[in-house]
Amino acid sequence: MTPRFAAGTRVLVKNDWPEERGPCHIRTPHYLRGRSGQVERVLGAYRNPEDLAFARPAEERVLYHVLFDQPGIFPADGHAPDKLLVEIFEHWLEAA
Amino acid sequence: MSNPARAESIEQLDRLLAALMAKGVVTEAELAAQQASTDRASPEIGARMVARAWLDPAWRAMMLKNGTEAVEALGVSMAGAPPLGVLEDTARRHHVIVCTLCSCYPRAVLGYPPHWYKSFSYRSRVVREPRAVMAEWGSPVADDIELRVVDSTADYRWMVLPMRPAGTEGWSEDQLAALITRDVLVGVALPKLPA
Repeated sequence: MTPRFAAGTRVLVKNDWPEERGPCHIRTPHYLRGRSGQVERVLGAYRNPEDLAFARPAEERVLYHVLFDQPGIFPADGHAPDKLLVEIFEHWLEAA
Repeated sequence: MSNPARAESIEQLDRLLAALMAKGVVTEAELAAQQASTDRASPEIGARMVARAWLDPAWRAMMLKNGTEAVEALGVSMAGAPPLGVLEDTARRHHVIVCTLCSCYPRAVLGYPPHWYKSFSYRSRVVREPRAVMAEWGSPVADDIELRVVDSTADYRWMVLPMRPAGTEGWSEDQLAALITRDVLVGVALPKLPA
């Protein structure tokens, strides 16, 4: 499976809220929806947990480690150099 | 501390196990083997990996490249376990690990997670105000250090490779391993020399 984004690429997490549309299982934290970050590394491909959780056939999806500026997300308590490093599946990412 | 299991929970578990065995999903032997490997897992495995990394650059490189391979090289089976990633602290960067969505934890190298790791308070606060949380743990982070909060959200599990403390020159692997606690491997504490 060829990753769409290489390390160093700026990406945007989709501002999508499937939990408002019905039962779902999502591994993308709410605090990152609509936020941009940078691909730190490609972690490989894993079966999509959003389908696995419901015992549906689950395709492999590329998983990335994505780095975000922590104070950009939590300005009230943030500190300049700090970062959040989070695993995000490719179908949640767009080129920023 | 957990409360003792309730009689109805035990009965429910027995019924579930009986059904899984009747359907051929698991055997008694597989369950016993899994239980034994779960019980064997403890922070001593992670501590051993770190101590060796402080002493052996080739081991360090291998462990950073493929944590799963490093664990298996210590004779611990990773069959069925999620892949392990190791995050390297430097003089300018420190990592702390959380799972905000549930309680993903590198059980293969740390054993059972402590209660605080699963608490709503730790999980919600450490991404929002990581420096305040670190200070409360007695591990204040200097202003010029980049603190990386690692939210373990999916298929990987993570542990921290901390900096080797000054004053440990010439120490053996066993002496170094004794400095590395569960909390150090999660990143809420830093290795400290005995007073």
